[in-house]
Amino acid sequence: MSPAPIRLEAPLSREELEPLRTGDIVRLNGVIYIARDAAHARMKRAIEAGEPLPLDPEGNIVYYSGPAPARPGRALGPAGPTTASRMDPYAPLLIERGLRGMVGKGARSEAVIESMREHGCVYFGAVEGTAALLADCVKEAEVVAYEDLGAEAVHRLFVEEFPVVVVNDLYGGDLYREGRERWRR
Amino acid sequence: MREIAASSVTEAVRELCIEANTRLPQEHLSALRRALADEESPLGREVIERLLENAEVARERCIAFCQDTGYAVFFVELGSEVRITGGEIGAAIDEGVRRGYEEGYLRKSIVRSPIDRTNTGDNTPAVVYYEPAPEDILKLTMLVKGAGCDNMSALKMLTPAEGLPAMKRFVVETIERAGPNASPPLTVGVGIGGPFEKAAMLAKRALTRPSGEPNPDPELAVLERELLDEINATGIGPAGYGGTQTALAVHIESFPTHIAAFPVAVNLDCHSHRTASAEL
Repeated sequence: MSPAPIRLEAPLSREELEPLRTGDIVRLNGVIYIARDAAHARMKRAIEAGEPLPLDPEGNIVYYSGPAPARPGRALGPAGPTTASRMDPYAPLLIERGLRGMVGKGARSEAVIESMREHGCVYFGAVEGTAALLADCVKEAEVVAYEDLGAEAVHRLFVEEFPVVVVNDLYGGDLYREGRERWRR
Repeated sequence: MREIAASSVTEAVRELCIEANTRLPQEHLSALRRALADEESPLGREVIERLLENAEVARERCIAFCQDTGYAVFFVELGSEVRITGGEIGAAIDEGVRRGYEEGYLRKSIVRSPIDRTNTGDNTPAVVYYEPAPEDILKLTMLVKGAGCDNMSALKMLTPAEGLPAMKRFVVETIERAGPNASPPLTVGVGIGGPFEKAAMLAKRALTRPSGEPNPDPELAVLERELLDEINATGIGPAGYGGTQTALAVHIESFPTHIAAFPVAVNLDCHSHRTASAEL
């Protein structure tokens, strides 16, 4: 059986990431931000134009997701992770500015992994296809920027016991590579 | 002539959108349960357990089990003796998608064009393929196609000399390249033959076959099993975290081709494999 999950409370310091190792099962608590393709493209333009970002990357976690609409009485509709590699061209811009965590699915580029190691950021995997369960961990949700993007708007979430796995830690570990090597026949 | 009201088509489509997005097909749930029993990696088993739990919660609450409620793809088997009254069939399908995605709290994921990326706001247009059918049949088969796995799909024009070994290699390579991105355990649609676009169409159509039902052609059925074993030997595993269950099923569809050609297309579907059909 897997060991007990590690509990983390966001925002996070670099020191809090140091004990994490690839394959660790983690429960995220506290504030995380949803942003995906279109929001990242806008944040890049904002950085280039010297304008403020809709979220301060320092210490924060970005969740790559585009939620479905919420039924009445629910904080958020079903919201699983989307493919993280589409955000690879943008991720280092936020990592350089102190982003401590990213949550998504699928492998990251070498450039992103290098940036994570240099600046201190961890990539967590959430299980795609568990959108209904993940949404249950979201206790509060509000759109904080780019409302016109609909499902792609930046959301600020308050989460409890949000289940993730460490994919890329600070030491070059990569769950996708290691898992595949271990089980290849 | 059998007359079917456009409004009945709209209603059937509305129901299909909600059903396909909130209830995983029984055969697919059975395939996931078999994978849970066979998976050797503890983390892989945990992933499959979460998928099954998620499917149950979604069914109970009638909510989407995956937020990417996809392209609304329809295969329409339209008999020569059927006449749609009170409207055009394509418009009736779009109206059903509009209502289903709104009333089902499903995400609207379609943008106006790859260049102008403005959301159409109602998940239309539906992607509709018409197939001639005998007499008075009207059957709608919906495939909800998420983009994560569709993005990892591929097509290759092999030569006859390269043949079957190259075809098998290409299928496995496509899955290796997709790795965790296509959200395994996968359903793999393979189309071989025809010209370029026919292979792609066959690969997509293959995904609508009930999960794990073998091709009626015994040679293709053997090939499906061989490919499934090879795919599961890659070690990619559930969610790509490593394991022995990378795919649940391989479905191959074949069509005659040219003396100079061996097209092969691979369309991947994630573990949220969503199909539903209705006969009117």
